[in-house]
Amino acid sequence: MSRAKLLFLQVMVAVTVLVFWHIFSTVPLGTGSDGKPFYLLPQFFFSTPLKVIERVFLMFWEGTVYKHLMITLTEAVLAFVIGATAGVLIGFWFARKPLVAAVFDPYVKMMNALPRVVLAPIFALWFGLGIWSKVWLGVTLVFFIVFFNVYQGVREVSPVVLSNARMLGMNERQLLRHVYWPAALSWVFSSLHTSVGFAVVGAVVGEYLGSSAGLGYLIHQAEGVFDVTGVFAGMVILMIFVMVIDFCVTLIEKPLLVWRPSETRTVQ
Amino acid sequence: MPAVQLNRVSVAYGLTGGGRYEAVQPVDVRVADGEFVAVLGPTGCGKSTLLNIAAGLMPPSSGESLIFGQRLQGLNTQAGYLFQQDALMPWKTARDNVAIGLEVRGTGRREALAQAEGFLAKVGLASFGDRYPHQLSGGQKKRVALAQVLVREPKILLMDEPFGPLDAQTRLIMSELLLDLWQADRKAVMFVTHDLDEAIALSDRVLVMSAGPRSSIIGDFPIPLARPRDIAEVRSEPEFHRLHAAIWNTLRDEVRKTYGLSTPAKEARA
Repeated sequence: MSRAKLLFLQVMVAVTVLVFWHIFSTVPLGTGSDGKPFYLLPQFFFSTPLKVIERVFLMFWEGTVYKHLMITLTEAVLAFVIGATAGVLIGFWFARKPLVAAVFDPYVKMMNALPRVVLAPIFALWFGLGIWSKVWLGVTLVFFIVFFNVYQGVREVSPVVLSNARMLGMNERQLLRHVYWPAALSWVFSSLHTSVGFAVVGAVVGEYLGSSAGLGYLIHQAEGVFDVTGVFAGMVILMIFVMVIDFCVTLIEKPLLVWRPSETRTVQ
Repeated sequence: MPAVQLNRVSVAYGLTGGGRYEAVQPVDVRVADGEFVAVLGPTGCGKSTLLNIAAGLMPPSSGESLIFGQRLQGLNTQAGYLFQQDALMPWKTARDNVAIGLEVRGTGRREALAQAEGFLAKVGLASFGDRYPHQLSGGQKKRVALAQVLVREPKILLMDEPFGPLDAQTRLIMSELLLDLWQADRKAVMFVTHDLDEAIALSDRVLVMSAGPRSSIIGDFPIPLARPRDIAEVRSEPEFHRLHAAIWNTLRDEVRKTYGLSTPAKEARA
Protein backbone atom coordinates (compact mmCIF):
# COMPACT_ATOMS: atom_id res chain seq x y z
CA MET A 1 0.00 0.00 0.00
CA SER A 2 1.32 3.43 -0.85
CA ARG A 3 2.16 5.91 1.86
CA ALA A 4 -0.43 8.41 0.69
CA LYS A 5 -3.22 5.85 0.68
CA LEU A 6 -2.26 4.61 4.13
CA LEU A 7 -2.17 8.15 5.48
CA PHE A 8 -5.56 8.86 3.92
CA LEU A 9 -7.11 5.81 5.59
CA GLN A 10 -5.50 6.70 8.91
CA VAL A 11 -6.92 10.24 8.74
CA MET A 12 -10.30 8.84 7.77
CA VAL A 13 -10.48 6.90 11.05
CA ALA A 14 -10.03 10.11 13.04
CA VAL A 15 -12.48 12.03 10.86
CA THR A 16 -15.13 9.32 11.24
CA VAL A 17 -14.84 9.29 15.02
CA LEU A 18 -14.96 13.09 15.22
CA VAL A 19 -17.94 13.32 12.87
CA PHE A 20 -19.93 10.78 14.88
CA TRP A 21 -18.96 12.53 18.09
CA HIS A 22 -20.06 15.86 16.64
CA ILE A 23 -23.38 14.55 15.29
CA PHE A 24 -24.42 12.63 18.39
CA SER A 25 -23.53 15.50 20.70
CA THR A 26 -25.30 18.27 18.71
CA VAL A 27 -28.21 16.61 16.87
CA PRO A 28 -31.03 15.38 19.11
CA LEU A 29 -32.27 11.86 18.33
CA GLY A 30 -35.78 12.62 19.53
CA THR A 31 -37.60 13.79 22.57
CA GLY A 32 -37.18 12.15 25.94
CA SER A 33 -40.07 11.24 28.27
CA ASP A 34 -39.56 14.57 30.08
CA GLY A 35 -40.14 16.52 26.86
CA LYS A 36 -36.50 17.64 26.50
CA PRO A 37 -34.49 16.76 23.37
CA PHE A 38 -32.58 13.49 23.73
CA TYR A 39 -28.87 13.36 22.81
CA LEU A 40 -26.88 10.10 22.59
CA LEU A 41 -23.78 11.99 23.81
CA PRO A 42 -25.02 14.85 26.01
CA GLN A 43 -22.69 17.82 25.88
CA PHE A 44 -22.52 18.04 29.65
CA PHE A 45 -20.69 14.70 29.72
CA PHE A 46 -19.04 14.58 26.31
CA SER A 47 -18.63 18.20 25.13
CA THR A 48 -18.19 18.48 21.34
CA PRO A 49 -15.11 18.08 19.16
CA LEU A 50 -15.28 21.69 17.96
CA LYS A 51 -15.38 23.05 21.51
CA VAL A 52 -12.45 20.83 22.48
CA ILE A 53 -10.37 21.93 19.49
CA GLU A 54 -11.26 25.55 20.17
CA ARG A 55 -10.17 25.17 23.80
CA VAL A 56 -6.88 23.55 22.82
CA PHE A 57 -6.11 26.41 20.44
CA LEU A 58 -7.11 28.94 23.07
CA MET A 59 -4.80 27.35 25.65
CA PHE A 60 -1.86 27.58 23.28
CA TRP A 61 -2.91 31.02 21.99
CA GLU A 62 -3.22 32.54 25.43
CA GLY A 63 -0.08 30.71 26.51
CA THR A 64 -1.56 29.31 29.73
CA VAL A 65 -0.52 25.78 28.85
CA TYR A 66 3.23 26.28 28.35
CA LYS A 67 4.02 26.55 32.04
CA HIS A 68 2.22 23.26 32.69
CA LEU A 69 3.90 21.57 29.74
CA MET A 70 7.31 22.64 30.99
CA ILE A 71 6.59 21.32 34.48
CA THR A 72 5.42 17.93 33.19
CA LEU A 73 8.35 17.75 30.78
CA THR A 74 10.84 18.55 33.55
CA GLU A 75 9.34 15.89 35.80
CA ALA A 76 9.34 13.27 33.04
CA VAL A 77 12.93 14.00 31.96
CA LEU A 78 14.21 13.92 35.54
CA ALA A 79 12.30 10.71 36.23
CA PHE A 80 13.73 9.12 33.10
CA VAL A 81 17.34 10.19 33.71
CA ILE A 82 17.37 9.13 37.36
CA GLY A 83 15.40 5.93 36.80
CA ALA A 84 17.42 4.86 33.76
CA THR A 85 20.77 5.60 35.39
CA ALA A 86 19.84 3.65 38.51
CA GLY A 87 18.40 0.84 36.37
CA VAL A 88 21.56 0.51 34.28
CA LEU A 89 23.92 0.58 37.27
CA ILE A 90 21.97 -1.81 39.47
CA GLY A 91 21.05 -4.04 36.53
CA PHE A 92 24.75 -4.36 35.69
CA TRP A 93 25.69 -4.99 39.29
CA PHE A 94 23.08 -7.73 39.74
CA ALA A 95 23.95 -9.41 36.45
CA ARG A 96 27.65 -9.55 37.28
CA LYS A 97 27.15 -10.62 40.92
CA PRO A 98 24.75 -13.58 41.00
CA LEU A 99 24.85 -13.70 44.82
CA VAL A 100 23.58 -10.12 45.10
CA ALA A 101 20.89 -10.88 42.53
CA ALA A 102 19.82 -14.01 44.40
CA VAL A 103 19.60 -12.20 47.75
CA PHE A 104 17.60 -9.26 46.45
CA ASP A 105 15.47 -11.23 44.00
CA PRO A 106 12.32 -11.58 46.20
CA TYR A 107 12.45 -7.90 47.16
CA VAL A 108 12.81 -6.76 43.58
CA LYS A 109 9.82 -8.90 42.66
CA MET A 110 7.80 -7.52 45.59
CA MET A 111 8.57 -3.92 44.72
CA ASN A 112 7.75 -4.54 41.07
CA ALA A 113 4.50 -6.29 41.95
CA LEU A 114 3.28 -3.21 43.82
CA PRO A 115 1.06 -0.98 41.65
CA ARG A 116 3.10 2.21 41.72
CA VAL A 117 0.05 4.49 41.88
CA VAL A 118 -0.39 3.66 45.57
CA LEU A 119 3.00 5.23 46.21
CA ALA A 120 1.80 8.62 45.00
CA PRO A 121 0.15 9.73 48.28
CA ILE A 122 3.13 8.68 50.40
CA PHE A 123 5.54 10.38 47.98
CA ALA A 124 3.45 13.54 48.20
CA LEU A 125 3.85 13.31 51.96
CA TRP A 126 7.60 12.72 51.79
CA PHE A 127 8.60 14.99 48.94
CA GLY A 128 5.87 17.63 49.05
CA LEU A 129 3.48 18.79 46.35
CA GLY A 130 6.25 20.16 44.14
CA ILE A 131 7.86 18.31 41.24
CA TRP A 132 9.93 15.85 43.27
CA SER A 133 7.06 13.65 44.42
CA LYS A 134 6.18 13.20 40.71
CA VAL A 135 9.79 12.64 39.70
CA TRP A 136 10.20 9.84 42.23
CA LEU A 137 6.94 8.25 41.20
CA GLY A 138 8.22 8.23 37.61
CA VAL A 139 11.57 6.86 38.80
CA THR A 140 9.92 3.84 40.41
CA LEU A 141 8.26 3.09 37.06
CA VAL A 142 11.24 3.71 34.79
CA PHE A 143 13.76 2.01 37.05
CA PHE A 144 12.21 -1.45 36.85
CA ILE A 145 11.85 -1.46 33.08
CA VAL A 146 15.45 -0.42 32.51
CA PHE A 147 16.71 -2.61 35.34
CA PHE A 148 15.09 -5.79 34.01
CA ASN A 149 16.24 -5.07 30.47
CA VAL A 150 19.85 -4.45 31.46
CA TYR A 151 19.88 -7.46 33.76
CA GLN A 152 18.55 -9.65 30.98
CA GLY A 153 20.81 -8.06 28.39
CA VAL A 154 24.00 -8.63 30.34
CA ARG A 155 23.10 -12.19 31.28
CA GLU A 156 22.06 -13.17 27.81
CA VAL A 157 25.18 -12.08 26.00
CA SER A 158 25.90 -14.89 23.56
CA PRO A 159 28.38 -17.29 25.19
CA VAL A 160 30.11 -17.69 21.82
CA VAL A 161 30.67 -13.96 21.45
CA LEU A 162 31.96 -13.94 25.01
CA SER A 163 34.35 -16.86 24.46
CA ASN A 164 35.55 -15.26 21.26
CA ALA A 165 36.17 -11.95 23.01
CA ARG A 166 38.17 -13.81 25.68
CA MET A 167 40.21 -15.63 23.04
CA LEU A 168 40.90 -12.24 21.44
CA GLY A 169 42.65 -11.33 24.66
CA MET A 170 40.10 -9.18 26.46
CA ASN A 171 40.41 -8.83 30.22
CA GLU A 172 37.40 -8.30 32.50
CA ARG A 173 37.45 -4.53 32.10
CA GLN A 174 37.64 -4.77 28.32
CA LEU A 175 34.85 -7.36 28.25
CA LEU A 176 32.72 -4.94 30.24
CA ARG A 177 33.40 -2.13 27.82
CA HIS A 178 33.29 -3.98 24.49
CA VAL A 179 30.82 -6.79 25.15
CA TYR A 180 28.60 -6.40 28.22
CA TRP A 181 28.05 -2.66 27.96
CA PRO A 182 26.95 -2.57 24.28
CA ALA A 183 24.79 -5.65 24.82
CA ALA A 184 23.06 -4.05 27.80
CA LEU A 185 22.67 -0.70 26.06
CA SER A 186 20.95 -2.29 23.10
CA TRP A 187 18.32 -3.63 25.49
CA VAL A 188 17.94 -0.24 27.12
CA PHE A 189 17.38 1.38 23.75
CA SER A 190 14.91 -1.25 22.66
CA SER A 191 12.86 -0.44 25.77
CA LEU A 192 13.33 3.30 25.41
CA HIS A 193 9.82 3.98 24.12
CA THR A 194 8.26 2.10 27.00
CA SER A 195 10.43 3.66 29.68
CA VAL A 196 10.01 7.21 28.37
CA GLY A 197 6.28 6.60 28.22
CA PHE A 198 6.29 5.47 31.83
CA ALA A 199 8.23 8.56 32.89
CA VAL A 200 5.38 10.66 31.50
CA VAL A 201 2.78 8.40 33.16
CA GLY A 202 4.52 8.84 36.52
CA ALA A 203 4.58 12.61 36.15
CA VAL A 204 0.95 12.95 35.07
CA VAL A 205 -0.47 10.52 37.62
CA GLY A 206 1.50 12.26 40.36
CA GLU A 207 0.17 15.62 39.27
CA TYR A 208 -3.34 14.29 39.08
CA LEU A 209 -3.22 13.08 42.67
CA GLY A 210 -1.90 16.28 44.17
CA SER A 211 -0.06 19.26 42.71
CA SER A 212 -0.34 22.87 41.71
CA ALA A 213 0.92 22.67 38.13
CA GLY A 214 1.36 20.32 35.17
CA LEU A 215 -0.86 18.60 32.62
CA GLY A 216 -2.25 16.17 35.20
CA TYR A 217 -3.15 19.14 37.37
CA LEU A 218 -4.93 20.85 34.45
CA ILE A 219 -7.04 17.78 33.79
CA HIS A 220 -7.82 17.31 37.47
CA GLN A 221 -8.84 20.97 37.87
CA ALA A 222 -11.16 20.82 34.87
CA GLU A 223 -12.73 17.62 36.16
CA GLY A 224 -13.27 19.20 39.58
CA VAL A 225 -15.56 21.86 38.10
CA PHE A 226 -17.30 19.49 35.63
CA ASP A 227 -15.53 21.25 32.73
CA VAL A 228 -15.61 18.29 30.35
CA THR A 229 -14.28 20.39 27.49
CA GLY A 230 -11.26 21.20 29.66
CA VAL A 231 -10.71 17.53 30.49
CA PHE A 232 -10.78 16.55 26.82
CA ALA A 233 -8.56 19.49 25.87
CA GLY A 234 -6.05 18.40 28.52
CA MET A 235 -6.14 14.85 27.17
CA VAL A 236 -5.55 16.04 23.60
CA ILE A 237 -2.57 18.13 24.69
CA LEU A 238 -1.21 15.19 26.67
CA MET A 239 -1.50 12.97 23.58
CA ILE A 240 0.33 15.48 21.40
CA PHE A 241 2.96 15.88 24.10
CA VAL A 242 3.60 12.12 24.33
CA MET A 243 3.71 11.73 20.56
CA VAL A 244 6.28 14.51 20.21
CA ILE A 245 8.43 12.91 22.90
CA ASP A 246 8.08 9.51 21.24
CA PHE A 247 9.14 11.02 17.92
CA CYS A 248 12.24 12.52 19.58
CA VAL A 249 13.08 9.10 21.06
CA THR A 250 12.86 7.55 17.60
CA LEU A 251 15.23 10.21 16.26
CA ILE A 252 17.71 9.50 19.05
CA GLU A 253 17.64 5.71 18.84
CA LYS A 254 18.02 5.37 15.07
CA PRO A 255 21.74 6.18 14.82
CA LEU A 256 22.40 4.23 18.02
CA LEU A 257 20.95 0.99 16.73
CA VAL A 258 22.35 0.92 13.18
CA TRP A 259 23.93 -2.43 13.89
CA ARG A 260 20.55 -4.03 14.56
CA PRO A 261 19.33 -6.43 11.85
CA SER A 262 15.85 -4.89 11.89
CA GLU A 263 17.29 -1.73 10.38
CA THR A 264 18.07 -3.44 7.07
CA ARG A 265 16.03 -2.13 4.20
CA THR A 266 16.26 -2.73 0.51
CA VAL A 267 16.70 0.40 -1.53
CA GLN A 268 15.62 0.95 -5.09
CA MET B 1 58.73 -29.16 20.47
CA PRO B 2 55.05 -29.68 19.56
CA ALA B 3 52.84 -26.59 19.41
CA VAL B 4 50.01 -28.42 21.11
CA GLN B 5 50.41 -31.50 23.22
CA LEU B 6 47.51 -33.03 25.11
CA ASN B 7 48.79 -35.66 27.55
CA ARG B 8 46.33 -38.29 28.77
CA VAL B 9 43.53 -35.73 28.67
CA SER B 10 40.09 -36.93 29.70
CA VAL B 11 36.77 -35.17 30.12
CA ALA B 12 33.87 -36.09 32.36
CA TYR B 13 30.77 -34.07 33.21
CA GLY B 14 28.82 -34.23 36.44
CA LEU B 15 25.20 -35.02 35.68
CA THR B 16 22.35 -33.28 37.45
CA GLY B 17 21.01 -35.77 39.94
CA GLY B 18 24.40 -37.39 40.46
CA GLY B 19 26.56 -39.60 38.32
CA ARG B 20 29.26 -38.84 35.77
CA TYR B 21 29.16 -38.69 32.03
CA GLU B 22 32.51 -39.84 30.68
CA ALA B 23 32.75 -37.84 27.49
CA VAL B 24 36.36 -38.42 26.46
CA GLN B 25 38.69 -41.18 27.65
CA PRO B 26 42.33 -40.27 28.26
CA VAL B 27 43.75 -39.34 24.86
CA ASP B 28 47.05 -38.02 23.54
CA VAL B 29 47.16 -35.41 20.80
CA ARG B 30 50.27 -33.82 19.36
CA VAL B 31 50.29 -31.05 16.82
CA ALA B 32 53.78 -30.14 15.63
CA ASP B 33 54.67 -26.54 14.89
CA GLY B 34 53.55 -25.80 11.33
CA GLU B 35 51.46 -28.93 11.12
CA PHE B 36 47.84 -28.98 9.96
CA VAL B 37 45.96 -31.63 11.92
CA ALA B 38 42.31 -32.44 11.36
CA VAL B 39 40.28 -34.05 14.13
CA LEU B 40 37.51 -36.07 12.54
CA GLY B 41 34.63 -37.79 14.25
CA PRO B 42 30.90 -38.34 14.35
CA THR B 43 28.67 -35.72 15.99
CA GLY B 44 28.89 -35.63 19.76
CA CYS B 45 32.20 -37.46 20.00
CA GLY B 46 33.89 -34.71 21.99
CA LYS B 47 36.17 -33.36 19.28
CA SER B 48 35.12 -29.78 20.02
CA THR B 49 35.74 -30.49 23.69
CA LEU B 50 39.37 -31.36 22.93
CA LEU B 51 39.68 -28.09 21.04
CA ASN B 52 38.27 -26.12 23.97
CA ILE B 53 40.81 -27.77 26.23
CA ALA B 54 43.63 -26.81 23.89
CA ALA B 55 42.23 -23.26 23.90
CA GLY B 56 42.07 -23.18 27.68
CA LEU B 57 38.34 -22.40 27.54
CA MET B 58 37.70 -25.45 29.72
CA PRO B 59 39.94 -27.50 31.99
CA PRO B 60 40.35 -31.25 31.42
CA SER B 61 39.13 -33.65 34.12
CA SER B 62 42.54 -35.25 34.13
CA GLY B 63 45.76 -34.94 32.17
CA GLU B 64 47.46 -31.78 31.02
CA SER B 65 47.92 -29.64 27.95
CA LEU B 66 51.31 -28.30 26.97
CA ILE B 67 51.59 -25.37 24.59
CA PHE B 68 55.10 -25.18 23.14
CA GLY B 69 56.18 -27.21 26.14
CA GLN B 70 54.58 -24.86 28.69
CA ARG B 71 51.81 -26.24 30.85
CA LEU B 72 48.60 -24.44 29.94
CA GLN B 73 46.90 -22.53 32.72
CA GLY B 74 43.94 -20.34 31.94
CA LEU B 75 43.43 -19.21 28.37
CA ASN B 76 45.81 -20.19 25.63
CA THR B 77 47.14 -16.78 24.66
CA GLN B 78 49.17 -18.11 21.75
CA ALA B 79 46.14 -19.50 19.96
CA GLY B 80 43.49 -18.00 17.73
CA TYR B 81 40.11 -19.69 17.83
CA LEU B 82 37.69 -19.78 14.91
CA PHE B 83 34.23 -20.68 16.16
CA GLN B 84 31.55 -22.62 14.36
CA GLN B 85 28.81 -20.17 15.29
CA ASP B 86 28.71 -16.44 14.72
CA ALA B 87 31.15 -14.96 17.17
CA LEU B 88 31.54 -11.44 15.81
CA MET B 89 30.41 -8.59 18.01
CA PRO B 90 27.23 -7.46 16.26
CA TRP B 91 27.59 -3.87 17.50
CA LYS B 92 30.96 -3.38 15.86
CA THR B 93 31.67 -2.93 12.16
CA ALA B 94 33.74 -5.57 10.36
CA ARG B 95 36.81 -3.31 10.64
CA ASP B 96 36.31 -2.70 14.36
CA ASN B 97 35.72 -6.38 14.93
CA VAL B 98 39.11 -7.15 13.41
CA ALA B 99 40.90 -4.20 15.00
CA ILE B 100 39.69 -4.90 18.53
CA GLY B 101 41.99 -7.91 18.91
CA LEU B 102 44.95 -5.57 18.44
CA GLU B 103 43.51 -2.69 20.45
CA VAL B 104 43.01 -4.80 23.56
CA ARG B 105 46.70 -5.53 23.66
CA GLY B 106 47.66 -1.91 23.43
CA THR B 107 48.07 -1.23 19.72
CA GLY B 108 47.03 2.35 18.90
CA ARG B 109 43.64 2.69 17.29
CA ARG B 110 44.93 4.18 14.06
CA GLU B 111 47.53 1.45 13.65
CA ALA B 112 45.01 -1.27 14.60
CA LEU B 113 42.50 -0.02 12.03
CA ALA B 114 45.16 0.08 9.32
CA GLN B 115 46.20 -3.49 10.04
CA ALA B 116 42.55 -4.58 10.20
CA GLU B 117 42.01 -3.06 6.78
CA GLY B 118 44.99 -5.05 5.48
CA PHE B 119 43.68 -8.33 6.82
CA LEU B 120 40.18 -7.66 5.51
CA ALA B 121 41.79 -7.23 2.10
CA LYS B 122 43.62 -10.54 2.54
CA VAL B 123 40.33 -12.36 3.06
CA GLY B 124 38.78 -10.55 0.10
CA LEU B 125 36.66 -8.01 1.97
CA ALA B 126 38.62 -4.85 1.22
CA SER B 127 35.57 -2.65 0.77
CA PHE B 128 33.42 -4.18 3.50
CA GLY B 129 35.04 -2.61 6.55
CA ASP B 130 32.10 -0.35 7.35
CA ARG B 131 29.51 -3.11 7.29
CA TYR B 132 27.96 -4.49 10.43
CA PRO B 133 27.85 -8.30 10.76
CA HIS B 134 24.13 -8.45 9.98
CA GLN B 135 24.84 -6.79 6.65
CA LEU B 136 27.21 -9.59 5.64
CA SER B 137 26.46 -13.04 4.27
CA GLY B 138 27.40 -16.19 6.17
CA GLY B 139 30.58 -16.64 4.12
CA GLN B 140 31.57 -13.00 4.53
CA LYS B 141 31.07 -13.21 8.29
CA LYS B 142 33.39 -16.22 8.35
CA ARG B 143 35.98 -14.22 6.43
CA VAL B 144 35.77 -11.40 8.95
CA ALA B 145 36.10 -13.95 11.76
CA LEU B 146 39.15 -15.40 10.03
CA ALA B 147 40.70 -11.93 9.68
CA GLN B 148 39.84 -11.25 13.33
CA VAL B 149 41.81 -14.32 14.38
CA LEU B 150 44.72 -13.90 11.96
CA VAL B 151 45.34 -10.22 12.63
CA ARG B 152 46.67 -11.15 16.06
CA GLU B 153 49.18 -13.45 14.35
CA PRO B 154 48.66 -16.39 16.69
CA LYS B 155 51.18 -19.23 16.57
CA ILE B 156 48.38 -21.80 16.76
CA LEU B 157 45.03 -21.87 15.00
CA LEU B 158 42.17 -23.76 16.59
CA MET B 159 39.15 -24.25 14.36
CA ASP B 160 35.84 -25.73 15.41
CA GLU B 161 34.02 -26.84 12.24
CA PRO B 162 34.43 -23.26 11.07
CA PHE B 163 32.83 -23.82 7.68
CA GLY B 164 30.10 -26.15 8.95
CA PRO B 165 27.18 -23.72 8.64
CA LEU B 166 28.14 -22.61 5.11
CA ASP B 167 26.80 -23.92 1.84
CA ALA B 168 28.91 -26.35 -0.23
CA GLN B 169 30.31 -23.80 -2.72
CA THR B 170 31.18 -21.27 -0.06
CA ARG B 171 32.89 -24.00 1.96
CA LEU B 172 35.09 -24.81 -0.99
CA ILE B 173 36.05 -21.18 -1.48
CA MET B 174 36.71 -20.74 2.24
CA SER B 175 38.86 -23.89 2.34
CA GLU B 176 40.92 -22.55 -0.56
CA LEU B 177 41.33 -19.22 1.19
CA LEU B 178 42.35 -20.91 4.40
CA LEU B 179 44.95 -23.07 2.65
CA ASP B 180 46.37 -20.06 0.79
CA LEU B 181 46.72 -18.07 4.00
CA TRP B 182 48.15 -21.04 5.87
CA GLN B 183 50.62 -21.79 3.08
CA ALA B 184 52.08 -18.28 3.48
CA ASP B 185 53.13 -18.67 7.12
CA ARG B 186 52.58 -22.19 8.34
CA LYS B 187 51.01 -22.08 11.75
CA ALA B 188 50.11 -25.13 13.77
CA VAL B 189 46.44 -25.88 13.06
CA MET B 190 44.01 -28.07 14.92
CA PHE B 191 40.95 -28.32 12.70
CA VAL B 192 37.83 -30.06 13.98
CA THR B 193 35.41 -31.33 11.38
CA HIS B 194 32.95 -34.09 10.60
CA ASP B 195 33.59 -33.75 6.87
CA LEU B 196 35.98 -36.43 5.65
CA ASP B 197 36.73 -34.80 2.26
CA GLU B 198 37.52 -31.49 3.93
CA ALA B 199 39.77 -33.18 6.48
CA ILE B 200 41.86 -35.00 3.85
CA ALA B 201 42.04 -32.07 1.44
CA LEU B 202 43.29 -29.62 4.06
CA SER B 203 45.47 -31.47 6.50
CA ASP B 204 48.82 -33.18 7.02
CA ARG B 205 47.35 -35.67 9.44
CA VAL B 206 43.83 -36.85 10.25
CA LEU B 207 42.91 -38.05 13.73
CA VAL B 208 39.73 -40.13 13.88
CA MET B 209 37.73 -40.12 17.09
CA SER B 210 35.30 -42.83 18.14
CA ALA B 211 31.67 -42.14 18.99
CA GLY B 212 30.86 -40.96 22.51
CA PRO B 213 30.56 -41.62 25.38
CA ARG B 214 34.10 -42.55 26.41
CA SER B 215 35.37 -41.57 23.00
CA SER B 216 39.02 -41.91 22.16
CA ILE B 217 41.29 -41.53 19.17
CA ILE B 218 41.04 -44.66 17.04
CA GLY B 219 42.98 -43.66 13.97
CA ASP B 220 45.95 -41.48 13.03
CA PHE B 221 46.36 -41.13 9.26
CA PRO B 222 49.20 -39.15 7.69
CA ILE B 223 48.09 -37.41 4.49
CA PRO B 224 51.07 -37.49 2.12
CA LEU B 225 49.46 -35.35 -0.59
CA ALA B 226 51.79 -32.78 -2.11
CA ARG B 227 51.62 -29.13 -1.12
CA PRO B 228 50.62 -26.54 -2.13
CA ARG B 229 47.33 -28.21 -2.89
CA ASP B 230 44.48 -27.25 -5.11
CA ILE B 231 41.38 -28.12 -3.11
CA ALA B 232 39.27 -28.91 -6.15
CA GLU B 233 41.93 -30.94 -7.96
CA VAL B 234 43.28 -32.88 -5.03
CA ARG B 235 39.96 -34.67 -4.74
CA SER B 236 40.44 -36.39 -8.08
CA GLU B 237 43.85 -37.86 -7.23
CA PRO B 238 43.99 -41.65 -6.72
CA GLU B 239 45.87 -41.16 -3.46
CA PHE B 240 42.95 -39.08 -2.17
CA HIS B 241 40.58 -41.93 -2.89
CA ARG B 242 42.82 -44.49 -1.24
CA LEU B 243 43.01 -42.34 1.91
CA HIS B 244 39.29 -41.66 1.78
CA ALA B 245 38.52 -45.39 1.68
CA ALA B 246 40.97 -46.19 4.49
CA ILE B 247 39.70 -43.48 6.85
CA TRP B 248 36.06 -44.07 6.04
CA ASN B 249 36.58 -47.72 6.92
CA THR B 250 37.55 -46.63 10.43
CA LEU B 251 34.98 -43.88 10.71
CA ARG B 252 31.95 -45.72 9.33
CA ASP B 253 31.35 -47.99 12.31
CA GLU B 254 31.59 -45.02 14.66
CA VAL B 255 29.08 -43.01 12.69
CA ARG B 256 26.69 -45.96 12.68
CA LYS B 257 27.10 -46.29 16.44
CA THR B 258 25.96 -42.73 17.05
CA TYR B 259 22.71 -43.55 15.32
CA GLY B 260 22.24 -46.78 17.25
CA LEU B 261 22.87 -49.00 14.24
CA SER B 262 24.82 -52.23 14.51
CA THR B 263 27.74 -52.73 12.17
CA PRO B 264 27.33 -55.04 9.17
CA ALA B 265 30.41 -56.99 10.24
CA LYS B 266 28.87 -57.89 13.60
CA GLU B 267 25.60 -58.85 11.97
CA ALA B 268 27.48 -61.25 9.73
CA ARG B 269 29.14 -62.87 12.71
CA ALA B 270 25.92 -63.30 14.64
